[in-house]
Amino acid sequence: MELQTLTYLVVGASFALYIGIAIWARAGSTSEFYVAGGGVHPITNGMATAADWMSAASFISMAGLIANMGYGGSLFLMGWTGGYVILAMWLAPYLRKFGKFTVPQFIGDRYYSKSASTVAVICLLTASITYVIGQMTGVGVAFSRFLGVSNETGIYLGMAIVFAYAVFGGMKGITYTQVAQYVVLIAAYTIPAIFISLNLTGNVLPQLGLGGSLVGTDATLLERLNQIVVDLGFAEYTTSLPGSRLNMFVYTVSLMIGTAGLPHVIIRFFTVPKVSDARYSAGWALVFIAILYTTAPAVAAMAKYNLHQTVNTAVATGGDLHAPESSLVYDERPAWMQRWEKTGLLKWEDKNGDGRIQYYNDATKNAEAAGKAEQAGWKGNELTVNADIMVMANPEIALLPNWVIALVAAGGVAAALSTAAGLLLAISSAVSHDLIKNVIKPDISEKGELMAGKLSMVGAIVLAGYLGLNPPGFAAGTVALAFGIAASSLFPAIMMGIFSKKMNKEGAMAGMLSGLFVTLFYVFAHKGLFFIKGTEFVDLIGGPNSFFGITPEAFGAIGALVNFAVAYVVDKVTKEPPEHIQHLVESVRIPRGSKAVDGAH
Amino acid sequence: MEANSVGYWKATLGLLTKIMIIWFLVSYGAGILFQPVLDTIKIGGYPLGFWFAQQGSIYIFIALIFYYAKKMGEIDRKFDVHED
Repeated sequence: MELQTLTYLVVGASFALYIGIAIWARAGSTSEFYVAGGGVHPITNGMATAADWMSAASFISMAGLIANMGYGGSLFLMGWTGGYVILAMWLAPYLRKFGKFTVPQFIGDRYYSKSASTVAVICLLTASITYVIGQMTGVGVAFSRFLGVSNETGIYLGMAIVFAYAVFGGMKGITYTQVAQYVVLIAAYTIPAIFISLNLTGNVLPQLGLGGSLVGTDATLLERLNQIVVDLGFAEYTTSLPGSRLNMFVYTVSLMIGTAGLPHVIIRFFTVPKVSDARYSAGWALVFIAILYTTAPAVAAMAKYNLHQTVNTAVATGGDLHAPESSLVYDERPAWMQRWEKTGLLKWEDKNGDGRIQYYNDATKNAEAAGKAEQAGWKGNELTVNADIMVMANPEIALLPNWVIALVAAGGVAAALSTAAGLLLAISSAVSHDLIKNVIKPDISEKGELMAGKLSMVGAIVLAGYLGLNPPGFAAGTVALAFGIAASSLFPAIMMGIFSKKMNKEGAMAGMLSGLFVTLFYVFAHKGLFFIKGTEFVDLIGGPNSFFGITPEAFGAIGALVNFAVAYVVDKVTKEPPEHIQHLVESVRIPRGSKAVDGAH
Repeated sequence: MEANSVGYWKATLGLLTKIMIIWFLVSYGAGILFQPVLDTIKIGGYPLGFWFAQQGSIYIFIALIFYYAKKMGEIDRKFDVHED
């Protein structure tokens, strides 16, 4: 069957499956899926959480970025899993005991102030909308390839479908739909990885294949990859750093504490029946997440190897990479390159007019590699491959059967849609419930609240879609910015709310606002005011990454330090929180007496 | 009861500290700060520091959370603050 038809069929079938399960589950009983999750086993819940958590950034974008960054890409792997340890031990059980449904509600009650809750809403909206921009970038990649249209058209179509999906809405929060999404997503990710690992290294498990030897040779995959990329002027794969080791360290901190500060992740742990379940469910969620996260580095290295192998025939034979006949003739390029050229995310420009594709790093500082390229008559890199297409293109590059390619399209669409829809719901409930109903207009009717929620969803989609057309970075990079914002604003306030009895509302609010402000200031300096292109003011802060070489994506950790420091100082000069709040904090620390969550809506 | 809750919180923080030390050592330690040194050791085709950064730390994170959940259950029971 033709690939395009097959892709429609598989994506269509996966949608039919989700909708079917939603209808079936609804017919059973509705409310228990939303609140205490009564009969849901921790393992099932863990799968659902994993589907919720792994977005377009994890599925579509992350391995591509690791392929680009090599060892430095490990910061995504460690950052987005290590945060679960913090979440499981420092936050989840205590927030569960506290028994509120949203993060602004927790902040509002713990800091006995509606203003604090409003500040939390602002932080939540900033982080979530930035997150949605990253999702829209990923949605654009998935849909443009899936429908064979340009990236822009892909984003417009994606916006429409995400909107319909989020408004249809009920699908979200129904555990079994998410379990189905997890199964589709993880199958779509691991099946091609297993195929490719078998082809390249003879290992069934990609996790072992990454450390294995190439079939028919003594050379390990990583050694050979290092040789090739260094010869072509790129940084050595297993040691390349993202700027500096310090930046890698800080970036990882930022992603870890951001994980523990992102509202749509935390919410999952409010809905388990008991405090002890909150501890275990974080563990199960991480097990299911780790299946993808330990496969991703193998996908990254193997996709990179295969890409080089495709455009340079000497990669497989071990011959001279710079020999004229090694470079692939453009007219003989494989079908997958033609398909991706249509999306505009893969481009070729014949700089030296030989009709062949030269793919190398023309800005290399490696004199030997630069010399070889010059001698070979190469006039600059001719192939631009958007990092975000690596995972989606991976099975095509490896020439896997069409049904595998179609499955990956279904997985990418599932990952992007489920998380985008979840975030939009978090945004709409923050605006309609935590902001309008609790603060601005308490007497709003239920209908009015619902309408406000829908409108804020539309607003968020249009805004995120518009910014997604000119994204501030690759999907995973943009999502990392969202983590930085959550890390610098919400995480410290939640932490101190649990671990310090004396932290007061003045301290918490000053901390959140200054953490958010400092981080946004640094991010906007690099990426433009509110991510609008052309409004960067990077010279004002002394050039790019001027703060000890820290990149804006990593700055959330610094913002969090500012947050803690400001909160500490302000807390010292203002009066203590009232007695009953201090007792409240003490009771939150002890599991006994946990009751069902209230304040659900 | 007061002494009890102080003891419980102390035991909890003690466990958290222990786990966070391991958490730090495998990720920031082995995966980032000591990666160049550890890379001189190879396991299979993996340089060791690279392995910790892209594989090992994740496996250890999982083990840490389950260990934590189990130990906390024991502490809950010891100080009689468990939910059942």
